[in-house]
Amino acid sequence: MWTYDKILEYPVKIKNPNPAMAKLIITQYGGPDGELAASLRYLSQRFSMVTPQAIATLNDIGTEELAHLEIVGSMVNQLVKNASLEEIKKAGMDGYYVDHDKGVYPSNPTGIPFNAACIQVKGNPIVDLTEDLAAEQKARATYEWLLNMADDPDVIEPLKFLREREVVHYQRFGEALRIVQDFLQEPHLFIMPKPDFMKKKD
Amino acid sequence: MKDNTNMMELKKQIMAVHFMLEDLQLYLNTHPTDREALAKRNSYVKQYKMLRDEYNKCFGMISQDDSFSPYPWQWIEEPWPWEYEANFKL
Repeated sequence: MWTYDKILEYPVKIKNPNPAMAKLIITQYGGPDGELAASLRYLSQRFSMVTPQAIATLNDIGTEELAHLEIVGSMVNQLVKNASLEEIKKAGMDGYYVDHDKGVYPSNPTGIPFNAACIQVKGNPIVDLTEDLAAEQKARATYEWLLNMADDPDVIEPLKFLREREVVHYQRFGEALRIVQDFLQEPHLFIMPKPDFMKKKD
Repeated sequence: MKDNTNMMELKKQIMAVHFMLEDLQLYLNTHPTDREALAKRNSYVKQYKMLRDEYNKCFGMISQDDSFSPYPWQWIEEPWPWEYEANFKL
C-alpha cells in the first residue's frame, strides 16, 4: 500500500506558459520511456523478482517513479495553465487541446495514448533487470533531448533533477543484477539459463 | 507574507532531508551491511520527523496518517503540490 505526502519530491515553479514545451515534456508522462511506464514496469516486476535486495530495489524505485510522474504532470500543468488559445494553436498543441483541454493526459507528443506494450514483465529476474537497465538509459536520453529543447531555467532545473535520478537508478539496478547473478551462480555471464524443455534429454 | 516565507523554507528543508533518505535507502537496499550509511540514514529519520511535526503544527497536514486535523477537515485545503503557489524557486 501507499501513503501520499502533500509535497513534491522536487519543486516545480514555472512562471511562463509554454505549450510547445508542455507538448514535448508530456512524453515523460505517458510516452514509451516515461515515468508511468517506469513505475508500472518496476512495480509489476517485483512480484516475480528474487533476492531481498533486488525486490526492495524494484519496490522503492517503482515508488519513486510515481513521485516523478507527479513532477512531470506538474510541469505540464503549469506550462499550459495560463497559456492563451492563440499560444496553444501556435505551439501546435491544438490537436491535444480539442481532446483534453488543459488536462494532463498520458500520451506521447504525437498524441498516441500510453500503451503497456512499451514495458515487459517476463517473470525471469535476469530478463527483467536487464530491461530495467535499458529503461533507465532510455529515460536519461529522453531527458537529455528534452533539455536540448528547453531554454527556461524554471523548466531546465526539474528536468536536470529527473535526469540525475535515472543515472542513480541505473547504478542501483546494476548492483541488483549483480546480486541476482551471484544468487543464481552465474557470476560473470549476461546470459539466460536454458529452460528445461530446450535441454537435451539423455 | 512572512508566514509564507517560513513555510517555503520549511518545505525546502523537508524536501532536502527527504531526498537524503530516498537516496540512502535505495543505496542501502543493495548495500544492507554498510554501517556508516545506515547510521546516516537513521539520523536523517530523526531530523525528518522533527521537520514534519513542525510543518504539521504550523502549516497544516503534510500526510493523512500521522497528523492531527483541526476543524474543519484540513486535508482538502489548497494548494496541492502540483500548483505554482505550493512551490518555491530553488
